[in-house]
Amino acid sequence: MKITQLTTGVIVALVPGMVQAASELPTPYPYPEPAWSPYLVGGLIGALVVLTLALAGKKIGASSAYSDGAGLIGRLVAPRHIASLPYYRDSKPMIGWTLFFVVGAIIGSSIAAWSGGELNGLYLQDMWVARFGGDSVALRTVFALAGGALMAFGARMAGGCTSGHGISGTLQLAVSSWISVICFFVGGIAVALMIYRL
Amino acid sequence: MNTPSTMPHPEAPTATPPADSPEKEHGAESDPRNWGWLETSPGKLAAGLVFGVVFGFLLQKGGVAKFDILLGVLLLENFIVVKVMLTAIIVGMIGTYFLRKQGRIDLKINETKLGGNIIGGLIFGAGFALLAYCPGTNAAAVGQGNLDAITGVVGLLLGSYLYALSSKFGGTSVSDWGKLGKLTLPKILGMPQGVFIAIAVPVLIGILVGLEFAGF
Repeated sequence: MKITQLTTGVIVALVPGMVQAASELPTPYPYPEPAWSPYLVGGLIGALVVLTLALAGKKIGASSAYSDGAGLIGRLVAPRHIASLPYYRDSKPMIGWTLFFVVGAIIGSSIAAWSGGELNGLYLQDMWVARFGGDSVALRTVFALAGGALMAFGARMAGGCTSGHGISGTLQLAVSSWISVICFFVGGIAVALMIYRL
Repeated sequence: MNTPSTMPHPEAPTATPPADSPEKEHGAESDPRNWGWLETSPGKLAAGLVFGVVFGFLLQKGGVAKFDILLGVLLLENFIVVKVMLTAIIVGMIGTYFLRKQGRIDLKINETKLGGNIIGGLIFGAGFALLAYCPGTNAAAVGQGNLDAITGVVGLLLGSYLYALSSKFGGTSVSDWGKLGKLTLPKILGMPQGVFIAIAVPVLIGILVGLEFAGF
């Protein structure tokens, strides 16, 4: 144990970049530039939402794909248990529009990243490494699992996520969506500042 | 014969949660073997896939599948996410207004539930800060090859299951506090939709211009 700790200490001391980076982020932080103008992308996403409403009579969303996905896995593994849950009795987990939409989004994004030479392949992203160092795979896993779980739980309570409420609902002027999206950002800003800027 | 209800709501029977309903749950509905697997026609699913491809492509090109850019908005340092969202809202607001006037689309909105919207929204935000991707952009991040987003998928599936599990113990009743029905902003302000949009569009454009002027 002591030897490992000592080795870690030596490694950390020998890599001053990592120590410095973990304690002090560069200011201003060098954010990457998107490939396309955010106004062009936003305008096209707005048009896409209108098109899906007009052509398919569906709204764009993402979070329910994960609840259907979890329920579908549950139906294969423990169908009786899934059927005993009131939530899944109300909204039966099926292969639906949003699940296909989200699978499509994965494909579309990889086409975009491939065409623009932006395929990533990293587990720890730049800003994370700047804050927590390059040997923080376990911590990142805990954060990603807890974050994903909280987000899915919150999305089900609120009735949607940043896609369903944040874009589709807000542009239809839904009160529920405007309240939700404001709360998404209030909660997100508070916790992000605590994690990355304290 | 109706027994007199202690609840004053005349519309209560339509909104009865299944947890309260009696023995009839043991019918065909409660047997998962009778549940279908496809929610909609294969054609609709294919359309969903195509629209999804376009959505994911746009998210990636807009940079909003990137960890740093998504966290940047929560740290109030980078506003690309706000620019994408507000532009989408402006275009979509105007588009849905005119198509609705022509009767070509129906509103697809969720009812306002203050408990769910506020508490769920704050929980969502906390999770967003931890994961750095939201459910849609997490899919785009997976496509882009951000490997931590795959762990995010596992977390999202887990949280969805935990919510469904909590429904068994009444945990979801918080979401139903302050149910107000399907409300829109023009409706609660007592304003025609066209007038509301005519005011909202310049305000939102003003926010975007302000961001640019502030150097973001």
